[in-house]
Formats: sequence, structure tokens, C-alpha cells
Amino acid sequence: MADRATFADQAMGLMPSLYAAALRMTRNPADAEDLVQETYLRAYRGFGGFEEGTNLKAWLYRILTNTYINSYRAKKRRPDETELDEVEDLYLYRRIGGLEAAMAGRSAEDELLERFTDAEVKEALESLPENFRMAVLLADVEGFAYKEIAEILDIPIGTVMSRLHRGRKALQKRLYEFAVERNLTAPVPNDAHV
Amino acid sequence: MSDCNDALHELYGFLDGELTEERRAAIQRHLDECQPCAEPYDFEAELRALVRRKCQEQVPEALMIKIRTALESEAARLGD
Repeated sequence: MADRATFADQAMGLMPSLYAAALRMTRNPADAEDLVQETYLRAYRGFGGFEEGTNLKAWLYRILTNTYINSYRAKKRRPDETELDEVEDLYLYRRIGGLEAAMAGRSAEDELLERFTDAEVKEALESLPENFRMAVLLADVEGFAYKEIAEILDIPIGTVMSRLHRGRKALQKRLYEFAVERNLTAPVPNDAHV
Repeated sequence: MSDCNDALHELYGFLDGELTEERRAAIQRHLDECQPCAEPYDFEAELRALVRRKCQEQVPEALMIKIRTALESEAARLGD
């Protein structure tokens, strides 16, 4: 059993990561702030149920995602459950990896990746349907293991893996669209560079 | 033994640190010898690092203070 007196010392340092996740989930700073505050209050009240020595960050994320699903998502008429298009594996690599040969020195794809702005990467992630967005966020931004993500989202590990697989490909597709819109790269036909 | 198909099939498991030590070592041996497989691995790892880096946020000072204050009132309310 964890002692509430130690909550702030243990939990306040994790706020940047929870706030970043809240922003990606709500896509709106005012809602993100409310979500983080509500998460900390709920966590404080329930801190007796946290087992010392286990992963506090994962425990807080579970509260964050539950709070989001129960409170904030309910505001919208319906969660975005649209299916993702089928996207091939290594989508981005197959499109911009081909530029490498044309450029000397540092590999072209690394350079192109560097040109994406913070806003573009955030928007690409935020463009994913919610279920996919949460899985990708937890794995790729926060570095949680599949098992931890399964526990945080209360879904089977196989579902975590399939959401990650499809969500990551969709993220790459969105990034590629940004690259084309900004003329960072030329559009490549679907069947090229395979 | 690991071949190119296995290496690509297990790319995410490898980058996510979710393979057994035996599988991880087999894939690593393959990548050390096979440039066409190593390239997409490097690319995906680079992209992962980029997404992580670009999605960091600073907590507004005012929010930090607001939450500290809210926790203190909650502590008082609960008699902690």
C-alpha cells in the first residue's frame, strides 16, 4: 500500500509525459490540462491502491486513459472508429529510402526525417483514429512494453500488436503526405521502390 | 537461422524489445551481414526516435501550480 503523503514526490515528475499524452488524446490544450488535473486528483485519492515498487507511470497512464475514455471522449458524439486504409509495410522507407542513391554523403532519408517539424509529427499522430493513436503513443512516444499497454488499455496483447502495426503504417502515410505537400519529396507511385 | 523474410517480419518486435534473447541475437546476426535488411531497420529506428523527440511537451508552469494546489486542498479535505 502506498502512502498518500509520498504521492506528490513520486508523481509530479511524471507530469510532462502525462501532459504530452493528454494533448495527443484531447488534441486541445484546455481539455488536456483538465484531463491531467483530474488524473492527478483521482490518482491521489486512489493512491492506497497503488502497489509500491510497481510501475507508477503505467499506473498513472491507466488512470489517464480511463478518465479520458469516461469523461472527455463522451463529449464527442462518437469516438472515431473509422477503419484505417490498408497500408503496405515500410511505407515511408519505400518512398523516401529511394532518394538515398541520388544524394551523396549523409543518407537522404535521415535528412528528410529531420525536416519534419514538431507540429507535423504531432499532427500525424493526432490524425490516427483514437484506438490506434493511443497504442502508438504508448509504445513509440512513451516506450511502454506490449504487456503494459495491454494493461493500460485493458485489451489483449494481440490487439495491442495489431493496433501498433496498423497505426504505425498510417502514421507513416500521413507523414509522407506532409512531405509531398511541402515538396520535401516527389510523389512516388504506389508500386515503386518495393 | 534468420533470413530476410524473418528479419522484416520481426522488425517491430525487435525494435520494441519484445523478442526472446535468442530471436533478438539471430536477427542481429542477420542484420550485421545483410545491408538490404539493416537499412529499413535503421530507418524505422530513426523514425521512432524522431516521433518520440518531436512529441515532447513542457508542462505550463500555471498547470503545475494549479495541480499542486488542487492536491493540497484534496489532502485537507480528506484529512491527510
